[in-house]
Amino acid sequence: MTQNDENTIPTPCGAENPQKIQDHFDLFHTDQYQALFEYKRQFEGAHDRDVVAETAEWTKGWDYREKNFAREALTINPAKACQPLGSLFVASGFEGTLPYSHGSQGCVAYFRTHLTRNYKEPFQAVSSSMTEDAAVFGGLSNLKQGLENAYELYKPKMIALCTTCMAEVIGDDIGAFIQTAKNEALIPQELPVPAAHTPSFVGSHITGYDNMLISILKTLTEGKKAATTNGKFNFNLGFDPYVGNIRELKRILGLFGIDYTILSDNSDTFDSPNTGEFKMYNGLTTLEEAADSINAEGSIFLQKYTTPKTQEYIAKEWGQKTYNFRPFGIKGTDEFLMALSAITGKAIPQELQAERGRAVDALTDSQAWIHGKRIALYGDPDHVFGITQFLLEMGAEPVHIVVTNSNADFEAELREVLTNSPYGQAATIWGKKDLWHLRSLMFTEPVDLLIGNSYGKYLWRDTHTPLVRIGYPIFDRHHMHRYPTLGYQGAINQFNWIINTILDELDRKTIVPAKTDISFDLIR
Amino acid sequence: MTTVEDRKALVQEVLEAYPDKAKKSRSKHLNVTEEGASDCGVKSNKKSVPGVMTTRGCAYAGAKGVVWGPVKDMIHISHGPVGCGYYSWSGRRNYYIGTTGVDTFGTMQFTSDFQERDIVFGGDKKLDKLIDELEVLFPLSKGTTIESECPVGLIGDDIEAVAKKKAKEYGKPVVPVRCEGFRGVSQSLGHHIANDTVRDWVLPKADEYRQLPEGYEPGPYDVNIIGDYNIGGDAWPSRMLLEAIGLRVICQFSGDGTFNEVVMTPLAKLNLIHCYRSMNYICRFMEEKYGIGWLEYNFFGPTQIAKSLRKIAAQFDETIQAKAEAVIASFQPRMDAIVEKYRSRLEGKQVMMMVGGLRPRHVIPAFEDLGMKVIGTGYEFGHGDDYKRTAEYVDEGTVIYDDVSGFEFEELAKQLKPDLIAAGIKEKYVFQKMALPFRQMHSWDYSGPYHGYEGFEVFARDMDMAVNNPTWGLVNAPWNS
Repeated sequence: MTQNDENTIPTPCGAENPQKIQDHFDLFHTDQYQALFEYKRQFEGAHDRDVVAETAEWTKGWDYREKNFAREALTINPAKACQPLGSLFVASGFEGTLPYSHGSQGCVAYFRTHLTRNYKEPFQAVSSSMTEDAAVFGGLSNLKQGLENAYELYKPKMIALCTTCMAEVIGDDIGAFIQTAKNEALIPQELPVPAAHTPSFVGSHITGYDNMLISILKTLTEGKKAATTNGKFNFNLGFDPYVGNIRELKRILGLFGIDYTILSDNSDTFDSPNTGEFKMYNGLTTLEEAADSINAEGSIFLQKYTTPKTQEYIAKEWGQKTYNFRPFGIKGTDEFLMALSAITGKAIPQELQAERGRAVDALTDSQAWIHGKRIALYGDPDHVFGITQFLLEMGAEPVHIVVTNSNADFEAELREVLTNSPYGQAATIWGKKDLWHLRSLMFTEPVDLLIGNSYGKYLWRDTHTPLVRIGYPIFDRHHMHRYPTLGYQGAINQFNWIINTILDELDRKTIVPAKTDISFDLIR
Repeated sequence: MTTVEDRKALVQEVLEAYPDKAKKSRSKHLNVTEEGASDCGVKSNKKSVPGVMTTRGCAYAGAKGVVWGPVKDMIHISHGPVGCGYYSWSGRRNYYIGTTGVDTFGTMQFTSDFQERDIVFGGDKKLDKLIDELEVLFPLSKGTTIESECPVGLIGDDIEAVAKKKAKEYGKPVVPVRCEGFRGVSQSLGHHIANDTVRDWVLPKADEYRQLPEGYEPGPYDVNIIGDYNIGGDAWPSRMLLEAIGLRVICQFSGDGTFNEVVMTPLAKLNLIHCYRSMNYICRFMEEKYGIGWLEYNFFGPTQIAKSLRKIAAQFDETIQAKAEAVIASFQPRMDAIVEKYRSRLEGKQVMMMVGGLRPRHVIPAFEDLGMKVIGTGYEFGHGDDYKRTAEYVDEGTVIYDDVSGFEFEELAKQLKPDLIAAGIKEKYVFQKMALPFRQMHSWDYSGPYHGYEGFEVFARDMDMAVNNPTWGLVNAPWNS
């Protein structure tokens, strides 16, 4: 073995200059640390480097792909989260609403962390903090205390309660528990406490979104049905991580002059101004508006597969017409605006028509750089749907479409869109697959571009396929969520990210002097 | 708000907001330190009060996220539904060297993704099959740990039986870790459970599993680094220093560690432990079982680094002691220059901290090296022995808050008006909205390392960046002033 006999005293890395401080980006690449890593290796019981290299090569081939796709029990790097995340997300868009997670407390620490990391915004939610005794005796006592404390401390106008696996497995009757807390005057009788069953072993975060939204609407609209409609339309964006989309939608509706209620407007929750004062509640959908949503002319949904139960409920229980649109890309936005016009009888505003022209102009200017590019993408069903239809209209070719939280209806609908486009012929929808499957796909059938969330960066590293970050979560790039991806403006934004990623990659590939830089063009 | 009485009154005022029962319970967890006290006078390691917004996590987080997760060449299965593994995926910045997906697996998420049928029929068969699939796809892995999530413990699965069977089948360790999130009151029990699995499932077979480096003979200077998770690379400057004073580090458990290093541990002469909270259990066991002593050290800031190096060297002979002095002397001019540069910018600034593990006390002297003063500190999941150890680090009048609620932390900060808050991601943006400078003290705010001399340089730079960030001056619109 290598002895560290020398025990040489390390030289302070920044030398004499206190201006020069090396953090992890530089420090560990100094000779001194590289030597330390090499020295450490002998204690690690590490495999021979050749074996590692050989095995790494094997993971890139067809044999590995077959074995990888033969998996039945193991999930690796899934592109889905669990129900309560979606519940908390949708709840936070309502006025004065405190999301409450009933069960063990670690879950809520994770949800808050995850949302906070994506938005760089505070996210406040509480838990019943159930422990082993609650597993035996049930969570009633924890829930009563939790509701009382949360109400006293945080003075919410509504507490939106979802469950964790623990509460579901032990079978807590949350509806009865909440009523008990009210009957014991721990919280006011009139405090709305919508509750949703959101076990993580059913569905994904989008299921939790749907379950909580129904419960909120049911609770708030009870007894509010009026004889006539209120002339408004309800809009719901689903688990859409872009606060810019809510604001863009409101701008569009404003231009139309359509009176609307956004069902869960969490744009300020995830993008509140810094005024030097912390404001706990930033949900913009007032409880009054939400209660009156039962009297709207109709409800328009932008994520069909996130909200199936809510839509069914609204259609059946409210007798309201529901609509699904995907205002992403040019045609998707066209359809949306035409439908809005048809439904409301209002003309498409001139300003939006001009924006359309600008967006199409932008697409045309850059189209040559994306035409025929092979794309891999992944994410939630509706998210992937919007991106796919946009890619097709630009002449890009989706090849691998991975949706971990997929379903048959979604796949059938998307398949039809792909089949009907000359650019969709090479595409396969990989439902219920994960990002480790995608790794095999990208090695065996390479693509030019990957579109996904921050977890895609590991695929970028392994396969050298440049990554465009669109989705949730985005932890390693800042401020993306502030931009709209919806409407014509959103088309320009998404296109901007895609095209400039392609151009950046071309520069990276052509940057070696006297070697590749013949194509290091100034003008592209 | 500077005297002990003032601050005690403030604590009382904050408690007033609670309903009676919660107030009674929380009042035991808040205190202001008094001269000469031997501990901080707070209760700890008790159940969190429901509904108050604790920052705590769960046993799974402690076992998978902290203790086992960083062992880089093993596969750690989040056994149960998809969420736990998803949210903790790559979140902790435990740096490691290796080819991810081939011989190391640190930034991957492995889960059994429980569905309703697994809850109804049990997940043992799925787990069994899952380990077969791991073997096919990751032949170079050195073993598996199974971190069970809440449902697993509630439906009566026997993961131990599966672990035994699969370990036998593949001749590799398979370690069942019963860290369901409802166990205990915080992540702390998860640390303990994970430590116990090392005791029960790994060390008894250490001789069988161990691959000695070629020509290795146990030596008088063999030590283990225990409880450094290599966040932002922390363990590496620490190892560099220990090697520099003549010791031979044969294991890092668990930051950048391997399974082989874990089974090397019984060969060491001394366990050097950084995070006492999460790893004291295994150190105590090894002391009892193998007669290996353990020593806590603190590598935050030049004062504590020098003190710790001397304390460590004192366990060995004069050659080590002389080298320790030489190492300290060699870094001194550089440290002086760093302190000189930053102290003038940070002198007298006040800090409130709230972290886990060892940091609520260990980082205090590093702030003091920069002329800063910690006026409040507390642990997410500390125990009585942590608060005892904290007493020697804090001055009279320091506000102590155990398992602080969101409400308490905000109210205390509003009144105490610190210049910097050092806590976690869930707190960060709350305080930044109040225009209070903030640094994350779990993840080093994506910076680091903070351990060792080089780490202190980064720490000093980062604290200066936070406190003297010019954008704080932009918060108030000119037309409002």
